[in-house]
Amino acid sequence: MRIFDPHIHMTSRTTDDYVRMHAAGVRAVVEPSFWLGQPRTSVGSFTDYFDSILGWEPFRASQYGIAHHATIGLNPKEANDPRCREVLDVLPRYLVKDRVVAVGELGYDSMTPEEDEVFAAQLALAAEHELPALVHTPHRDKLTGTRRTLDVVRESAVEPGAVIVDHLNEMTVGVVAESGCWMGFSVYPDTKMDEHRMVEILRRYGLDRMIVNSAADWGNSDPLKTVRVAEAMLAAGYTADDVDRVLWRNPVEFYAQSGRLELPETEGPQAELVGAESFMGNSVLRGARD
Amino acid sequence: MSPTTTADALAQVASDPDTIERHFPAAARTAAREGIDGDAAREALLLALPGDTAYVVELVSRVYEHGDPAERRAVLLALPALDAPDRTARIGDAALPIVRDALRTNDTRLVAAALGPYAATQLDDDAWRQAVLKVIFMGIPVSQVSGLDRRSDAELARMVRDFAAEREAAGRVVPPDALAILALVDTPAPSPSRAD
Repeated sequence: MRIFDPHIHMTSRTTDDYVRMHAAGVRAVVEPSFWLGQPRTSVGSFTDYFDSILGWEPFRASQYGIAHHATIGLNPKEANDPRCREVLDVLPRYLVKDRVVAVGELGYDSMTPEEDEVFAAQLALAAEHELPALVHTPHRDKLTGTRRTLDVVRESAVEPGAVIVDHLNEMTVGVVAESGCWMGFSVYPDTKMDEHRMVEILRRYGLDRMIVNSAADWGNSDPLKTVRVAEAMLAAGYTADDVDRVLWRNPVEFYAQSGRLELPETEGPQAELVGAESFMGNSVLRGARD
Repeated sequence: MSPTTTADALAQVASDPDTIERHFPAAARTAAREGIDGDAAREALLLALPGDTAYVVELVSRVYEHGDPAERRAVLLALPALDAPDRTARIGDAALPIVRDALRTNDTRLVAAALGPYAATQLDDDAWRQAVLKVIFMGIPVSQVSGLDRRSDAELARMVRDFAAEREAAGRVVPPDALAILALVDTPAPSPSRAD
C-alpha cells in the first residue's frame, strides 16, 4: 500500500513519526504553511519558516525515504495582523520554487474584510504562477464559511479543478461536490472527521476528486490516520485499487497540476532505497510532471 | 507566467541582472525540459551577471540567501567558476560568508558542496579543519572534499586522532574515512593507543 499524505505539518512531528509513516506505506507528503500556535509578529519569522519547510524539512523527510513538498501562503488567522501583511510581498519569490506545489493554506478563519482581501490576492497569485490552491475552511460557522469560500473561488481566475477545499464534513461536502473543487478531509482522532464517517462519505459521493489527509500538527492528531482510512475502506469492501486511487493517485493528480511533483519510485527495485542510499536524492526520480 | 527558455533567461540576466531572482529558482525546471543539467544552467546564470566584483558578489549572495537547498547548492558549486583567474569580476574571497553559512547547516548536500575547490583555496586553516572533521561526523565521503592531499596537516591529524580515540573509548566504530585522513599526514602518533 502506498500513501500520499496531501496535508501534514511535519515540522511539528518527530523522526519517530517519519519511521512509522514509512513503515506504514507513506512515501510522499505535502506540508502546507500555516500558523504555529504562537502568533508571529514579523515577516522574518515567516521567511525562516518558509525556508525551513522548503529546506530542512524535505532533507529530514528524505532520510526516511519520504518525498516532501510544500504549499506557501499567508494563512487567514495571521492575515488579520497588520504586522504580517508584508508576507504578501515576499510570496512571489517563493511561488517560483521547485518544491512548491500549491498556494496555501488560504481561506477563512473569522471571515473578516482583511481575510477577504488576502484570500483573493493569493488566488490571483496562484493563477499568475499557474499553481493550484489549498483552501482551509473555518472551524466556526463552517457552512457559511465554506459557501463564502466557494464564492471567492468562483470570482477568481483559478479553475475549480485546481482548488482543494479542505477540512470538510457531512454538512459542507455537498456544496463543494457541486462546485467542481476537490474535496479535502482531515481525519483526526476526535474532531473534524474520522475514518468510519469518511468511508460513509465516500459511499455517498464516490471517489472522484476525493482527498484524504491526516493534517497532523502540534495538536491532538495522528500521522497514520491516512492509513486508518485505507484499512476502513478495505474493511468496508473497497478494493486495493480504490484505496490506491483515494490515497495516492488522487492527490498526485491534484498536485501534479503544479508541474513540480518529484515522486519516489513506489514500485520496482528502487522502491525501498532509503537513508544513506538516497544520499543526494538519488532515489528520488524527477518525474510525474506530465 | 509564460514559460521561458534558458537562453532567454541568460539574455535577460545579462541586460537586467535583478531578473536573476525570478530565473534562478525556475532554472532547473526549464533546463530539465531542454535536457540540460540544472546546476550547469544555474552556474551560467551567475556567470552572466554583469558588473564589477562588489555588484556580482552582492547578487550572488542574495540568490544564495533567498535560495532553497538545491539553489544554494548550485551557488556553492559555481563559486570556483566565479573566481576563475580570467574573469574580470573575479570574486576572490568575497563569497566566503556563503561558504561559512553552508558549513553551519546540517544538510549534507550543502556541507559537501561548500568544500569544493573554492574553499580549498580561500578558507582559512581553522575553519577548513573544522569543516573536514564535520564531514567525517556527518558521514559525507571525504573524497568529496577538494584539496585534501594538499591541505591536510598535523593539526588536522591530531583532531582526527582525538575523534578516533573518543569513538574507540565509546565502543563505537571509527569511520574508515578518519583513518584515510590520518594516512595522508605523515606525522608520528603522540601516544600509541593501539599496538596493532
